[in-house]
Amino acid sequence: MIETINTSVIDWSRAQFALTAIYHWLFVPLTLGLGIVQAIMETFYYKTGNEFWKKTARFWMKIFGINFAIGVATGLILEFEFGTNWSNYSWFVGDIFGAPLAIEGIVAFFMEATFIAVMFFGWDKVSKGFHLASTWLTVLGATISAFWILVANAWMQYPAGMQFNPDTVRNEMASFWEVALSPVALNKFFHTVLSGWIIGGMFVVGIASWFLLKKRETKFALESIKIGAVFGIVACVLSVWTGDGSAHQVAQRQPMKLAAMEGLYEGREGAGLVGVGLLNPAKEQYNDGKDPFLFKIELPKLLSFFAARDIDAYVPGITNIIEGGYPQKDGTVALSAEEKIARGKQAIQALADYRSATGDSAKQQAHATLDEHFRYFGYGYLKKPSDLIPPVGLTFYAFRVMVILGGFLLLLFAAVTYLSYKNKFETKRWLQWTCFISIFLAIIAGQAGWVVAEVGRQPWAIQDILPVSAAVSNLSASSVQITFFIFLALFTVLLLAELKIMINAIKKGPN
Amino acid sequence: MRIFRFYRDGFRNMTIGKTLWLIILIKLFVMFAILKVFFFPDYLGQFDNPPDRQEYVSGELIRRATNP
Repeated sequence: MIETINTSVIDWSRAQFALTAIYHWLFVPLTLGLGIVQAIMETFYYKTGNEFWKKTARFWMKIFGINFAIGVATGLILEFEFGTNWSNYSWFVGDIFGAPLAIEGIVAFFMEATFIAVMFFGWDKVSKGFHLASTWLTVLGATISAFWILVANAWMQYPAGMQFNPDTVRNEMASFWEVALSPVALNKFFHTVLSGWIIGGMFVVGIASWFLLKKRETKFALESIKIGAVFGIVACVLSVWTGDGSAHQVAQRQPMKLAAMEGLYEGREGAGLVGVGLLNPAKEQYNDGKDPFLFKIELPKLLSFFAARDIDAYVPGITNIIEGGYPQKDGTVALSAEEKIARGKQAIQALADYRSATGDSAKQQAHATLDEHFRYFGYGYLKKPSDLIPPVGLTFYAFRVMVILGGFLLLLFAAVTYLSYKNKFETKRWLQWTCFISIFLAIIAGQAGWVVAEVGRQPWAIQDILPVSAAVSNLSASSVQITFFIFLALFTVLLLAELKIMINAIKKGPN
Repeated sequence: MRIFRFYRDGFRNMTIGKTLWLIILIKLFVMFAILKVFFFPDYLGQFDNPPDRQEYVSGELIRRATNP
């Protein structure tokens, strides 16, 4: 793919970033979801004055606190990695990427830090109303924090609201609102936060089920389950809606990712959605003529509907995106990958010409060429068209893991809600075990969603504009390997510490 | 003064929170005093000023393209 930098540096840097992000994402969704559940419980206490709800809310708040404390600042390591491993990227996007992260740090983090103190230290010291407000504001702060991080991530998937400046070699923000309120950012925010709510709801139901299995704290467990399960249903249903929005955005902005998610090599009108399928491992090239599936069960026309809101719409496959020539929604004909690579090379050459030009006329000419082809800038780093294809297997299966587990969790929440309100859940030990185990399934579903989002957009660090091969720093692979294993050890120790503290706190129970 | 006492009493009365604060402080120390300093230097920090960084990054972006 590249000639001047060792690909193992790219792979190790990607692996390190993925490891850090996966670890960080163990804590964040639980903070987002559990925060809402504890706030709902405290709201019940505020409305009823019943000490039971205070005790219940304080128990879950303690678990929230443990998770928050261990998870806090783990995201900063990602920012270290931007500066060290992805320095070209950091410079190239600094003005745009830096703004949301700075807002996140200043507004949301301090908002959380202020009100979390009142939430933990303020019981019986401040009024019930002020305490409740602090609890909700802590959750709001965490959610706003997530919003700005996701705005930054969404910009990498759909770079909007910026102008490239060849003098500074940076993309500069042209419209804050286009960056902050892009349709990709909004969909990503709601879908991601809702996945956190699902994990939070499942965590409450699963841990409360453990108390039932141990025949302890029955009332506390059953009431927690009712709230967690209803919250989980709401989150799952909304997640289906936002997931549809996300898929639609992917179809519009990242058609190659959609094609990889579906294992779709040959596009067609009225394309079906693969419900379940087994990819053919013998298929190694996009144009080798081999069937991409050993078997599949397809839901007719659904992919066309998700992609274009039209059951007969044309959805391009991997081969079509590489070969081009199909009509696009805006009426233009899609360029082939070869053509995009050629234009990308022209853009890079124009940057080189601009940087070396001495006269105004030569600079203006180079600038005009750069502007004309900048949207293909990243393609100039690709050696061959097939470099555009992300890992299809990982993207395809991760998408199905996310969707199938999401559907399972919706059914589970519905069953638990029904049985809880019919007072039949307490005797269903097999279902209690299922709920406990499903905590891990919910976490896996959330991680699988990120795998789809990030693996599916490879080779891009910024969609169409900068591939990872150009974004990565010129480091030695061994130095990245060392830090990878240091992280692995550090994260494992921290995770074990969290689990030990959390398990001890759970075993003590609400009393 | 009341706010000071609020925080002081809050920290004094912590039980599990003391362990958590210890973990947070160790984590922050490892992150900022070890990882950031020894393993995660600012790569472009080797250049003294923004124009040098611009020159370096533009050079890298041009050099890495295949047959620019």
